[in-house]
Amino acid sequence: MHAETSIWLYIAVMAGVTYAIRLLPLLILRREIRNVWFRSFLHYVPYATLTAMTVPAALMGDLHLLSGLLGLATAGLLSYLGRNLLLSAAAASLAVWLAESLF
Amino acid sequence: MNRALLLFLRGLRDGSPIGAGYFAVSFAFGIQAREALLTVFQTGLLSGTNLTSAGQFAGLGVIEAGASLLTMALTQLVINLRYCLMSCALSQRLAHKAPFWHRFFIACGVTDEIFAVSIASPGPIRPAYFYGLTAVSWPGWVGGSVLGALAGDFLPADVTHALTMALYAMFVAIVVPAAKADRRVLLVALAAIVLSTACAFAPWVKALSEGMRIVLVTLVVAGAAATFFPLREAADAR
Repeated sequence: MHAETSIWLYIAVMAGVTYAIRLLPLLILRREIRNVWFRSFLHYVPYATLTAMTVPAALMGDLHLLSGLLGLATAGLLSYLGRNLLLSAAAASLAVWLAESLF
Repeated sequence: MNRALLLFLRGLRDGSPIGAGYFAVSFAFGIQAREALLTVFQTGLLSGTNLTSAGQFAGLGVIEAGASLLTMALTQLVINLRYCLMSCALSQRLAHKAPFWHRFFIACGVTDEIFAVSIASPGPIRPAYFYGLTAVSWPGWVGGSVLGALAGDFLPADVTHALTMALYAMFVAIVVPAAKADRRVLLVALAAIVLSTACAFAPWVKALSEGMRIVLVTLVVAGAAATFFPLREAADAR
């Protein structure tokens, strides 16, 4: 394959795979999944994925390590206290902006 | 008033908080998409055809790394696998008399948030209601991405910089309350942090693309959790 794959192709693959995942169970599986292991696996997948996407990526990008940590801590604390998603995201971004201005 | 129209309007109403939330998060996504060298149109097209935060976000990483289409397909498959379970659950709850072709369109709107709201509504799920939820969420997601992609060129660098935290913060805001309520989820998150950090530095593994590392961590951690903490009751699986 050519090194520089077209962005259009990437988009097509992403859309195709994602739609297929959503559609196929609706078409094929008329009854519930009974397999306990597989049900459990699917239940845990989002938490493992989202966490792995966040750490260490949020700390290894363009942001200062400390501002990254501060942003994650802000989001973590607010969501632990039951604040909504939007507020957590806004406050974390603000914290990062302030921290980056300082460092 | 027509019953289907009424259901559609109710869906619009119940889905509007989702649309607003999507707008804010996809704004951050749009900025990052521009940094991955997507055009504004490509950003809108990507958001419009995918409608998923984690998958799109990981996809940007794959594009930036110039990884193969197979890597892209595998990354999307694993990260979006949870939609499989949601679609299974939805198929049980869809109104029986709804024509089969509706399923092709309902599939377009299966996201964490739309699923959660639709499954929480009492009784069988009518397609018109589901379409209402989707119809108010989709423009929020696409509009936010496009505006973010446009604004990314104008906003000062320190602001776009800080906004990259918004998406991570959203992931945190999904995981933390679940971890607070369920110790097993907490262990899953902690294990994912340790393993994912180790993978970023371990010789050999760190050579893999970020997307593949996420896939690897997900398979290992969720697999171990399913083995050691299998869900016992139907209620466990939400």
